[in-house]
Amino acid sequence: MAFSNEQLERYSRHILLSEVGVKGQKKLLEASVLIIGAGGLGAPAALYLAAAGVGTIGIADADEVDLSNLQRQVIHTTPDVGKAKVQSAKETMEAINPGVTVKACRTFVDASNIMGLIAGYDFIIDGTDNFPAKFLINDACVLAAKPFSHAGIIRFKGQLTTYVPGEGPCYRCAFKAPPPPDAVPTCKQAGVIGAMGGVIGSLQAMEAVKYIIGKGELLTGHLLTYDALKMEFRKIKLPAYKDCAVCGEHPTILAPVDYEQKECDLK
Amino acid sequence: MADFTADDHVDITDVVCPVTFVKVKVALDVLEEGQLLTVRLADGEPVQNVPRSVKEEGHQILKLADNGDGTYTLVVRKAGE
Repeated sequence: MAFSNEQLERYSRHILLSEVGVKGQKKLLEASVLIIGAGGLGAPAALYLAAAGVGTIGIADADEVDLSNLQRQVIHTTPDVGKAKVQSAKETMEAINPGVTVKACRTFVDASNIMGLIAGYDFIIDGTDNFPAKFLINDACVLAAKPFSHAGIIRFKGQLTTYVPGEGPCYRCAFKAPPPPDAVPTCKQAGVIGAMGGVIGSLQAMEAVKYIIGKGELLTGHLLTYDALKMEFRKIKLPAYKDCAVCGEHPTILAPVDYEQKECDLK
Repeated sequence: MADFTADDHVDITDVVCPVTFVKVKVALDVLEEGQLLTVRLADGEPVQNVPRSVKEEGHQILKLADNGDGTYTLVVRKAGE
């Protein structure tokens, strides 16, 4: 595949980097990434991956754009309120880069459909806002041997890690199981500073890009935490857990499972 | 440039930085190690920066000749990966 003059100009800042270059940009154009959740994390991740020329980007979310989303979900605009989030996201991504294919998937991701959704993608980004979804995505990616980026944000804090099959622990190795309902508030109840999604979602996009071009070190085996008030990043080593229920030596989770979720969290 | 047999040629006199060097990188990418690329480039910023960038990527500059018409011809030997 030869680059058009338009592509050379669009991706010039990438091609100039020795770590990306012509080969890396071609890898990006041939890659596919699925973003689950078109919210605070998914918005910046989707924008940067579209801008980077990731050839196929799937985006899955069942919700519509709400006015209260716009404080942080920068892929949606005020006229998008009421529109399906995946449609709004697709329009913005295609406006940034008409050269990428965006597959909008307006669905609530659950145990019944996740394996089909992630099949065919090279990398998955967890941009969801609740524990059941995060464990579901972890388990499905482990079972399907798909690399993925986990992240979570609340108030002034954020965290992320990267799972690559066979190269380190999964999210469940570290966190075992979802906390009891109500033990931890969702960002809907607790609030979240808008730029937190920008920081952490952009880091997720960065992990996806590095995975695709095959350069640098990923967050495999580490949890990166960010405290905006203290302005502190910490990189914590995550050991593999041999008794992990999904990726351990004797797994008991052999198919994706849905955890109970309170009614108010589902909206 | 009769003293070199180029394997490919790229003219970057119609583009500006950074597409100048980007076009050279793309042209070098498809060559094999040791093959020669000739580049026609304009005086001024391109002739100051493009040869330096080519060298920084490890390629060998064999010649930079003034064409006498405000352009230069650069001969580059592609380095290995």
